[in-house]
Amino acid sequence: MSGLDPLFLEEHDSYRQAARLFVANEINPHAEGWEEERDFPRTLFERVGSAGFFGAKFEERWGGTGPDYAAEAVWIEELSRSLTFGTTSDLGAHSQLAALYVDRCGDDDQKERYLRPSVEGALIGAFAVTEPGAGSDVNGIATRARRDRDEWVLNGSKVFITNGSWSDYVVAAAKTSDSPPDNITLFIVDADTPGLERSRMKMIAWETSHTGELFFTDVRVPDENRLGEVGSGFGHIMTNFQWERLTMSLSAIALAELSLETAIQYARDRTAFGRPVIKFQVWQHRFADLAVRIRTGKALAYRALRLHIAAESGVDVPRDELVRVTSMAKLFTQRLACQVADECVQVHGGAGALREYPAQRFWRDARVGPIGGGTEDIMRNIIARSLGLGTA
Amino acid sequence: MRLSPFTDEHDLLRKVVRHWAESEIAPHLADWEKQGDFPDSVFRRAGELGFLGLAFPESAGGQGGDFWAQVVFLEEIGRVSQAIAMVLSVQTDMATPPILEFGSDRQIERWLKPALRGELIGAIGITEPDTGSDVASIRTRAVRDGDDWVLRGSKMYITNGARADFITMVVRTGELEEDDPWGGISMFIVDTSLPGFEVSRKLAKSGMRMSDTALLFMDGMRLPADALLGAEGEGFRQIMWELQGERIGVSIFGVAGARAILDQTIRHAREREAFGRPIGQFQAVSHRLADMATEVEAVQALIYECCDLWTRNVYATEEVAMAKLAVGQLCNKVADAAVQTLGGAGLVEGTFISREWLGMRIGRIGGGSDEVQRQILSRIMGLA
Repeated sequence: MSGLDPLFLEEHDSYRQAARLFVANEINPHAEGWEEERDFPRTLFERVGSAGFFGAKFEERWGGTGPDYAAEAVWIEELSRSLTFGTTSDLGAHSQLAALYVDRCGDDDQKERYLRPSVEGALIGAFAVTEPGAGSDVNGIATRARRDRDEWVLNGSKVFITNGSWSDYVVAAAKTSDSPPDNITLFIVDADTPGLERSRMKMIAWETSHTGELFFTDVRVPDENRLGEVGSGFGHIMTNFQWERLTMSLSAIALAELSLETAIQYARDRTAFGRPVIKFQVWQHRFADLAVRIRTGKALAYRALRLHIAAESGVDVPRDELVRVTSMAKLFTQRLACQVADECVQVHGGAGALREYPAQRFWRDARVGPIGGGTEDIMRNIIARSLGLGTA
Repeated sequence: MRLSPFTDEHDLLRKVVRHWAESEIAPHLADWEKQGDFPDSVFRRAGELGFLGLAFPESAGGQGGDFWAQVVFLEEIGRVSQAIAMVLSVQTDMATPPILEFGSDRQIERWLKPALRGELIGAIGITEPDTGSDVASIRTRAVRDGDDWVLRGSKMYITNGARADFITMVVRTGELEEDDPWGGISMFIVDTSLPGFEVSRKLAKSGMRMSDTALLFMDGMRLPADALLGAEGEGFRQIMWELQGERIGVSIFGVAGARAILDQTIRHAREREAFGRPIGQFQAVSHRLADMATEVEAVQALIYECCDLWTRNVYATEEVAMAKLAVGQLCNKVADAAVQTLGGAGLVEGTFISREWLGMRIGRIGGGSDEVQRQILSRIMGLA
């Protein structure tokens, strides 16, 4: 057989319809209000959970319906078309990071205590690596975990942690020795553990997101909450980065599509020099160019998705290729979403600066993309290395 | 989930085509480009090896392969030369598919089969001195005279035009009606050995100098009745169909060329030293190449999706226009980055990079310019 295997099957089409309906009924009617309040209710997690949308990539024994990564991609695409991207990001960080780490690295007891309720939406998770002094440079983290009999004692701080200010648990990375690379370990920290203090960060993007700063002062974590082997954290983080970056790629494409549709609609409605703005060839061609870039980025993201699905289903996918293509997808799509949102602001003219129009929000929200989850220069470093080029 | 659209048989075919391209084409490219010519034997050899009819049915003299076999062929030629890929693609993706699709058994015997064997060279004749993508405005006209047709007019920028044995030509046969801008156009197989056909000029170009690009003149040329290809007045629809295959073809060999340029540039960046280290160790260079590699990978993914639609008989006008536009831009970006990375070496005549850089500029013009693709997309997107 030649040709490309279909990525989405008929069952995924109905899953997409259901996801789209959920976003239209449960999220979008409230989007403007939530954005205004810079907040959204915790109960949304439960509604997503009970509708089953946290479950596609997890096994049935933990309350999921998978693993089906194509279905997960469908959910990500539809959720990312919501009109409140900060909300999308909180839901995403919970499911694509915290819950996934528990699934990938946890034992059955941990999965029972954290994964199942996460799939149900009864617990909210956050994932914490980044610190004031270390982002993509994971080995540079300074948070330490010291063993004390059956417990670990954590000291340090974390920043830019999505859901960090309101999660029920935090999957946190800490140094457990001084000799890299096997000196980072992951811990599940209950949010109400004494010594853990948190605050919400005020950001100009993802305004409804509960992005937080965490401060660990002699936070005692039982050894049963150590996630994976001692020293296995770096490897887990590097592996899971790939899925995170792929989800960000799918998300950015959806945001870019939404921005383009919004821009085109505005150009149809707005008149200038006696005709709709859409009648000007420069705008037609600009939109055509953006549509080509979006379609190209989507093809690349889907190629990465195919590699992930193949790898998950046991096909021997060369790891170099998976990392390279995923990094390329992330690099390509994040800046693209910024560009499309920027043109969306541009076509709005003065209205592009008004908060009552979503254009400026797409533009602000998209800007997180080339920074979070590994900056675009980090992606270039990774790609360059895979090409046998140095990064001095 | 398979990781490649190609089968083991395709991989085998790739080896064979690559061997031919590297042993019989690549070594001569610098000379051919300097001379502004290449021998007809390229077509004969490609035909002998069965490369000119890979995806044509056996009943029409082809190899009976699927479209992915043609993809392999175009990619492997595109790797070594955009100019040779173009002239061969004119034969395999432009001049001959309309004969298979719209031709009579007689026309298939007379023109298609020998063309697939490489014994006849074909060209596609659409553009005129005064009109390119605006097909409705063509002026070359065929008028009935008894059973014959009398052909008058000229065609411009015709690849293979100076050496073609036949030209699959788009001609006006009826009046341009305001209520039917697509009417009055027909397609002909023009036998260039007939009296009244004249190659006015072989055009000297800035790139792809080896390929012949001609201005043609038909001065009351008398064509037999069976020169008409398909139905009278159906030419517009027929040529629009042809253009899809043409644009997919150039997209396939274009992205393969961009990848080849990138690969060579990466090798150069690993080997060339400046300030005491390979230039690929400088982050500015390595990031530029990382960006280019990302562009190539992305456009490649788009092209394969497009090919996949094509093989499933989806008439993907939107994706084809996107592919054509994306590849044209890609090639120019990558080739320019390559020249910049090679420095002076990128500007020396007779080298792969300099030759391809010049040749690739044509990709944003031929087969429907960037602007025409954007216009098509604007229409499909409901903007225009």
